[in-house]
Amino acid sequence: MATVEPHRVRAGRGTELLLLVLALAIGVGAYALVGLGTSDEVPPDVLGYGAGLAALAVALHLVLRWRAPYADPVILPATVALNGIGLAMIYRIDFAYELRDKANGFAGRQLMWTAIAVGLAAIVLVVLRDHRTLRRFTYTAMVVALGLLALPLMPVIGRSINGARIWVYFGGVGMQPAEFAKLALAVFFAGYLVTHRDTLALAGSKFLGLQLPRARDLGPILVVWACSIAVLVLEKDLGTSLLIFGLFVAMLYLATERVSWVVIGLLMFVGGAMVAATAFAHVGARFDVWLHALDPEIFDRAPGGSGQLVRGLFGMASGGLFGTGWGDGRPDLVPYAESDFIVASLGEELGLTGLLAILMLYAVLTQRGMRAAIGVRDGFGKLLAGGLAFVVAWQCFVVVGGVTRLIPLTGLTTPFLAYGGSSLLANWIIVALLLRISNDARRPAPAARGLRPDEPLPDDLLDDVPDEPDDAVPVRVSARGEHPVGAEPDEHPTERIGRLS
Amino acid sequence: MNTPLRRVATVMLVMFLALMGSATWVQYVQAPDLNADSRNVRTLYREYGNARGPIVVAGEAIAQSVKVDDPFGYQRQYTDGELYSAVTGFYSIVNGSSQLEHAANDQLTGRSDQLFFSRLRDIITGRKPEGAAVETTLLAAAQRAAREGLGDQHGAVVAIEPSTGRILAMVSTPGFDPNALATHDSAAASAVYAELAAADGNPLRSNATLETYPPGSTFKLVTAAAALESGEYDASTTLPAPVTLDLPQTTATIGNFGGGGCGSNPITLADALRVSCNTAFAQLGMDVGDDALREQAERFGFDDASLTIPMRVVASRFPQDPNAPQTAQSAIGQFDVAATPLQMAMVSAAIANDGKLMRPYVVDRVRAANLSVVSQTEPEQLSTAVSPGTAAQLTDMMVGVVESGSGTAAKISGVQVAGKTGTAQTSSEAAPHAWFTAFAPADDPQVAVAVLVEHGGSAGSEATGGRVAAPIARAVIQAVLGS
Repeated sequence: MATVEPHRVRAGRGTELLLLVLALAIGVGAYALVGLGTSDEVPPDVLGYGAGLAALAVALHLVLRWRAPYADPVILPATVALNGIGLAMIYRIDFAYELRDKANGFAGRQLMWTAIAVGLAAIVLVVLRDHRTLRRFTYTAMVVALGLLALPLMPVIGRSINGARIWVYFGGVGMQPAEFAKLALAVFFAGYLVTHRDTLALAGSKFLGLQLPRARDLGPILVVWACSIAVLVLEKDLGTSLLIFGLFVAMLYLATERVSWVVIGLLMFVGGAMVAATAFAHVGARFDVWLHALDPEIFDRAPGGSGQLVRGLFGMASGGLFGTGWGDGRPDLVPYAESDFIVASLGEELGLTGLLAILMLYAVLTQRGMRAAIGVRDGFGKLLAGGLAFVVAWQCFVVVGGVTRLIPLTGLTTPFLAYGGSSLLANWIIVALLLRISNDARRPAPAARGLRPDEPLPDDLLDDVPDEPDDAVPVRVSARGEHPVGAEPDEHPTERIGRLS
Repeated sequence: MNTPLRRVATVMLVMFLALMGSATWVQYVQAPDLNADSRNVRTLYREYGNARGPIVVAGEAIAQSVKVDDPFGYQRQYTDGELYSAVTGFYSIVNGSSQLEHAANDQLTGRSDQLFFSRLRDIITGRKPEGAAVETTLLAAAQRAAREGLGDQHGAVVAIEPSTGRILAMVSTPGFDPNALATHDSAAASAVYAELAAADGNPLRSNATLETYPPGSTFKLVTAAAALESGEYDASTTLPAPVTLDLPQTTATIGNFGGGGCGSNPITLADALRVSCNTAFAQLGMDVGDDALREQAERFGFDDASLTIPMRVVASRFPQDPNAPQTAQSAIGQFDVAATPLQMAMVSAAIANDGKLMRPYVVDRVRAANLSVVSQTEPEQLSTAVSPGTAAQLTDMMVGVVESGSGTAAKISGVQVAGKTGTAQTSSEAAPHAWFTAFAPADDPQVAVAVLVEHGGSAGSEATGGRVAAPIARAVIQAVLGS
């Protein structure tokens, strides 16, 4: 039986404020440097810009102090830094577009979306007092997710841009529903899997050393697989398809700890993708582009050639180790430099050094998300936090891997950096949820708030085993040690709380 | 489920490590290859991104960069591109650049050291750097006259202001349209380049400065100059002028054009030049010797591989250590003597300028984007080709050529023109090259010109320098004097 050390837990809000100052310095400094690099003067509105960005960050910081005082102190600053770097780059690309009379003004809109997204994150933190509430909406989330995924296929509002049908327009405002779908899917998967993990983890026959699941349990994975393949085929969107499926496989593994699910999932996806690659020219073209990007024939092919990818590589190569500096490169030469290819833009102007730093920020951000998942006590929270942290990392991997030619290129936005309202809103909500869950993970147990070490732990610390009906919130069991077969008992959460301090 | 969480967290770290690896691969390991890739036109893009300066003829831009809505930002546009192609060259993303676009690139892009202060000011004031305007010495009227004169014939015309070396006209035919090469449609530009590179007459290579031809009888000016400079000859010195000259050491002979005599035998040096007497000049060449001929030729600018105007000019040649018969042939501009049309214009220009050879140049001024003049080419003497006395005698002799000799087609009423024809054999089958080099007015030279029409042009084997090339020279001289 775990004991609780009566430590005073450090909430970390002070640390957060300190890190926020650093993150804002990065964002506002980058903005000033863009001005110096492009027009040799510090932008006249740099103070206003800095104040605005600081106000947003501090507002969220205050919301955390008020509603989630034990939230992880690194998540918010890392996000603010990424968002700030993205804004500066978009501002810089705007400048290049303006110089060449191309459509611009992305930075202003991105700033507006940032404000809205931060506001939304604050609302999530205020309204959602306990993340377990979300479990009630497991199937609602499923319906919402499917609806969002199907939305671009609707006539009138759905629109095909560059071959992929991933946009919907409401009165001139475009959005990518897939960004929100990933959020809803994470909620659905967490809710579904936490209930069915035992069944799914039941052993079937053994094959090549892999414990295969029972055939009848393949149902849900087939459904998700069908959905992601449908996205691939109907919306021609390899990125979203990959994103959804990766998220599902990861969460399936988190819930069941069965490697066989991962293997089966990957095989199914690779199989489906290969069939799609042969059946649909545009998917096959992606693979050609990936494997033979530098071939002159494929470079010049239009549409569907490797021109964009290779131009991105050229840009990054010209950036070298230390980059050209803000405003001194030509990131605008790469199509979609402000959104899908913002990583190439950053690589060009900030160099390998800058790009590695940005990747480190992502790594830190997502690892803190995983830390929250490990720390939180309920299975739903673990799955949700793990899934959300994973999906951010996975999205980075798919995008940055595509741009650096590690994997085939797919059209996804880089979280927080890339231009796009949907992406910003969805990812800030993810951050809000991670903050909310991390608050639970790091909140001292009641014991630490005055319980004697020898006193039995109250029930609400032990709501870890989720084998109750879906709608029972919060989920509780009366005692430890009664885990059903297949479900791994949690390590001693209360001990960890002690160690955290 | 903390064990799978930890494992997934590890997988996520591995994913980021893989991304860092691939970023390092692109930006460090592969970067040199990517930067060297011919399709990586970022250097060019950078130049396009800053407005490239115009090339200007008399206040009008003949090449300029205009803003366009494509990744390059600016499109190079040429006005009368074909007319000026031998001067401007081309500026192409896929094919590079040539001629002035190449030679004056630093000024046009604004990166020249001459523009240092203007660059510094740009940095301080925060203006986007802009390329400087390159103002040429060309005269549009002379350029047009030269181009019209050549018509469909392959050849070249160069006109120089003798007192300064300013190049007033420089045309090479066939020319090309640089716009077709400057297009940002790389496939189209490559196709046009391949077509031009394979085309008859090599349009991309300027005949005026980058090709050499046997100068034929126009080289007699050099031979005559060498004789006069030796002090042992003057215009009235008589020379033997047989119908055919037996060359020593061989069975070969040299005959006169048309196979006849030179009107008299012996003949004065002046008359020998006037009627372009081969036998007299071949003998004269052997008499003054190959060393004197080469030295004289070099003082006119032969064998100088370093000349730039600012475009590179190939060196004209006088053979090393010819034997006596080779010297005889060289003296009349045959054998291995080879000259660019620019070189032959320089010969006339030096004679016209009292024997002083001025460095030819095509860039008059470089003007920064703020219209301040950053450099002005000052005329510079390359050498003293001949003494003023020799120059005066040669001038009189050349006037005779146009008044009553082989170059009467260049006569202009009211203006005394001094000239020399040339009809250069290339092989027994091909028609000879037609040459004419001249300057005018003889007493106050304003323009020296050289015209070359390859293989006689439209006149074919009937061509002579006097018939085919002289009228073009006349038109150019009239255009210069009339303007």
